[in-house]
Amino acid sequence: MTALLHELSIAEAAARLRRGELSAVELTRAALARIAATEPSFHSFITVTEEAALAAARDADTHLRTGTAPSGLTGIPVAVKDVIATAGVRTTAGSRILDGFVPPYDATVTARLKAAGAVIVGKANCDEFAMGSSNENSAYGPARNPWDLGRVPGGSSGGSATAVAAGQALASLGTDTGGSIRLPASYCGVVGLKPTYGRVSRYGVIAYASSLDQVGPVARDVSDCALVLSVIAGYDARDSTSVDRPVPDCAAGLTAGARGLRVAIPREYFVEGMQPEVEHAVRAAVDTLSGLGAAAREVSLPHTEYAVGAYYIIATAEASSNLARYDGIRYGLRTTVDGGLLDMYRHTRAAGFGAEVKRRIMLGTYALSSGYYDAYYLKAQKVRTLIRRDFERVFADTDVIVTPVAPTTAFRLGEKVADPLQMYLSDIFTISVNLAGLPAISLPCGFDASGMPIGLQIVGPPFGEEVVLRAARAYEEATDWQRRRPPEPALCPPQPTGSRA
Amino acid sequence: MTHEPAAPRDRAQFPTSGAGFDRYEAVIGLEVHAEMLTASKIFCGCSATFGAPPNHNTCPVCLGMPGVLPVLNRRVVEFAVRAGLATQCRIAPRSRWARKNYFYPDLPKGYQISQYELPICEGGYVDIEVDGATKRVRLTRIHMEEDTGKNIHDAHGDASLVDFNRSGVPLLEIVSEPDMATPAEAGAYLRTLRTLVQYLGICDGNMEEGSFRCDANVSVRSRGATSLGVKAEVKNMNSFRAVEKAIAYEIARHVRTLEEGGTILQETRLWDADREETRSMRSKEYAHDYRYFPEPDLPPLLVSEEFVEAVRRTLPELPDARRARFVRDLGLPPYDAEVLTSRRDLADYFEEVVRAHANAKAASNWVMGEVLRLVKERKLDAALTITDWPVAAARLGELIALIDEGAISGKIAKTVFEEVVATSAAPRAIVAAKGLTQVSDEGPILAAIEQVLSANADKVVEYRGGKDKLFGFFVGQVMKATGGKANPPLVNRLLAEKLKN
Amino acid sequence: MDWRPRPALATLHAVKISREEIRHVALLARLALDPAQEEAMATTLDAILTYMEKLAELDTSGVEPTAHIVALDAPRREDRVLNTPDTDALLANAPARDGDFFRVPKIIE
Repeated sequence: MTALLHELSIAEAAARLRRGELSAVELTRAALARIAATEPSFHSFITVTEEAALAAARDADTHLRTGTAPSGLTGIPVAVKDVIATAGVRTTAGSRILDGFVPPYDATVTARLKAAGAVIVGKANCDEFAMGSSNENSAYGPARNPWDLGRVPGGSSGGSATAVAAGQALASLGTDTGGSIRLPASYCGVVGLKPTYGRVSRYGVIAYASSLDQVGPVARDVSDCALVLSVIAGYDARDSTSVDRPVPDCAAGLTAGARGLRVAIPREYFVEGMQPEVEHAVRAAVDTLSGLGAAAREVSLPHTEYAVGAYYIIATAEASSNLARYDGIRYGLRTTVDGGLLDMYRHTRAAGFGAEVKRRIMLGTYALSSGYYDAYYLKAQKVRTLIRRDFERVFADTDVIVTPVAPTTAFRLGEKVADPLQMYLSDIFTISVNLAGLPAISLPCGFDASGMPIGLQIVGPPFGEEVVLRAARAYEEATDWQRRRPPEPALCPPQPTGSRA
Repeated sequence: MTHEPAAPRDRAQFPTSGAGFDRYEAVIGLEVHAEMLTASKIFCGCSATFGAPPNHNTCPVCLGMPGVLPVLNRRVVEFAVRAGLATQCRIAPRSRWARKNYFYPDLPKGYQISQYELPICEGGYVDIEVDGATKRVRLTRIHMEEDTGKNIHDAHGDASLVDFNRSGVPLLEIVSEPDMATPAEAGAYLRTLRTLVQYLGICDGNMEEGSFRCDANVSVRSRGATSLGVKAEVKNMNSFRAVEKAIAYEIARHVRTLEEGGTILQETRLWDADREETRSMRSKEYAHDYRYFPEPDLPPLLVSEEFVEAVRRTLPELPDARRARFVRDLGLPPYDAEVLTSRRDLADYFEEVVRAHANAKAASNWVMGEVLRLVKERKLDAALTITDWPVAAARLGELIALIDEGAISGKIAKTVFEEVVATSAAPRAIVAAKGLTQVSDEGPILAAIEQVLSANADKVVEYRGGKDKLFGFFVGQVMKATGGKANPPLVNRLLAEKLKN
Repeated sequence: MDWRPRPALATLHAVKISREEIRHVALLARLALDPAQEEAMATTLDAILTYMEKLAELDTSGVEPTAHIVALDAPRREDRVLNTPDTDALLANAPARDGDFFRVPKIIE
């Protein structure tokens, strides 16, 4: 039984836990063993929290035995992206500048997972400060795509996606600023949801771009995603941008089906040069939805081509400010230098930040600097308004918008690192959604000739998680992409002092 | 401090007259930062109280730890609106928060959350009195922001130590138009503003402790010119006197420089209280570009008319109005009214005395005289609100009533006063117990006069011979003979009659 | 919209962002860059900024900038002291500590 545990969905595992067929400790041990055996291949984790996980699993078992399990996540092993604070556990944001930083506080989403009885098995690998589309910017080495270890898993929440795809955890939390949940979910053949901006608290989530960042779930299937969302979402008084709206019971509407759904396909998302298999798979998915009773039509989101430019000004501007606190004074790395304070600042930050982070800090600082603010930052904010209006116009008579997640499937490690701009363009289909603050999901809709997963993006109106999940579930039920598993990697033999009784 | 060898001229005492001065006029604007008397900080639940051990009033939020977010303290908004209403400002129904970005060890996030483009209050004024004339100083704006921590130099001199207790304490920044023309006007403005914030209960106005800070912008121009000269910003003045001296010094420096054909640099200068001069801040060679942009973690602040009216209802009678009422309704001389209204608690105390016994002038004399003397002696005025008066208002009222009834003389009253201070006993009881009732019967007084005149027959002859001064001697002897209790006007009249014959 | 791989950086027009500006921005951002890094940064930023200039094509006159994507009023909390001193835990991550202070290289005023 242990060998198959890593293939369970949350719903299946939770059912077995409830029936007493399986204990949380057994399930957690299986996850930890899977992690130990496969980490050399995937490198999904920066930190594995074995002791804490087993302690949480024991607590979960107590609850399960006495029938007081707080939620459907009780006893379920989950991974948490390493930009999310976990009290007492090293939190690095994938960066050397926070190496050794142990926060004395939990992020709100961490606290909610714990309160729900989830078992956090480790901190997932990610691009440094969530800046990247391939997880190659992690100071701790890249995560690798379980479908082909020579390819990137996507980013920035690469480890969050690989952990689920590889069966190291049954779900994970990622963050999405320009596509950082949806892109790795797409490249790794799992389901990833970015909630509406303001749905999920950002307290304790290391900020990249404050007006764009959102925490969201990555899981095996749509139902699992909906469950994790219901645990983490909701108003938080510690986050002034969190919205006081009741969290819908997404599970309830999940099976409503696609009949009558008005589906829009924006023409700007199907362009020359896309990988043909991607376009084919997405159009076939639209046909599937039509076959289920949805009404599909083509629309235009005319300002789409300006989204990447607007995003990389707004996001880097906010990031340049958010990352000013990493100065070697209160926590993290400090470089000892002979000079005074100025040298300490400059050399600490030079040593602690990677190349991509430095580039974005420079770009953002420039965009905000005297003389350039109007032309760059202010202009980008106006473009953001135009992009938002594009979506508002379409959603006036549309339920969901369907698009590809990326122009291609996962590319090879090292393929795009030389040209940052090239890397940025991987985000073209996901970025507008962050600028408009909308909810969107990525789920598998096919595989290319190399066996790499293709992702389908379903976008909803503000606070429209229910309809997004409903459409996604309808599509998922009519297909079986999510049943495919990546090839088994070469497993490392278990360590003699591993997680045994 | 970097030592700048002072040019010999710089050390001259700052004249305010002499060659050239009559050709120029000074233009002065003041920026005041007032620490607000809230219980907690502006964006977190730490205590805002002064005096805690280093870094005891801190938390992840005011330390700028990764992932933390600000949440606004509603009392800060209330205080800002109070200040705006009291100075006739326009209260903005919608105002915005902004980030002011720069690096300094006492600024934990690497940015200060402040207000830039849309402050909460704009365009009010403060009326000041200088040399009997009233002048209106207009306000540009009032806005809210967070204070920084404090740097101190360590004992060895090779490092600085940072304490973040003050980081996040709420500040009101009050910016005046450059409407002041002399150091005296600046001093009057500051004193008026300080009294106002104390009246409003929003700040304790302590310049020496740093809860009320002032920077000055000073320039000069040819008398009658309309365009402004180059201004220098002056900082580090820790008392009203220092502000007046520093401004006088700067005006003299500008005039001297211009008279000698030099140019004024637009720069920041620090007041050196020991050497009584201003010196250029060398460290400002790193040009500050604050790169202001809207704070993404805080939505705009909406202030409703209902809220503003609710705050308006809580406004106390303001100093100006109270002073006018004391003059108009209580018949006090303007000087008395000014002293009594210089503190709200003093004015309240005074009015309580008047309510106990309606003799405003007498009450004024006693309060400004004996009571204030003791208050200063006992340093009771260090508190924002005096609660422990040396004499209870009701007691003082009773004492004055006794004088007005003729029951005791003014001189005896002083003795009774001391007794009330020492024992808190009621004046009537003290007078009765010590038999201090004034003697107003002619009989005993005449008897005493007879006794004195017969014992000093030679002096009587001298007096009748023209030595008028001896009258005082006789009065003194009569008072002595009556144990000080004789009614002085009566003594004078009867003595004069007796000596005539 | 053409997202295809762009021509190699070397064939782009002359670099617009000067070394001086790079140095100035690096100072504002407190980042130490050696000359080679300055060079590389100038080239990369220039390419990115050139791409972003397409935003100038758009007529945005009369368009309100979006600073906050969700229309909210800033929530306000009661003025209450909620936190208790926890100095050791909060100083535990300090790279340099002196008693209850954070220690930093001397600040020259």
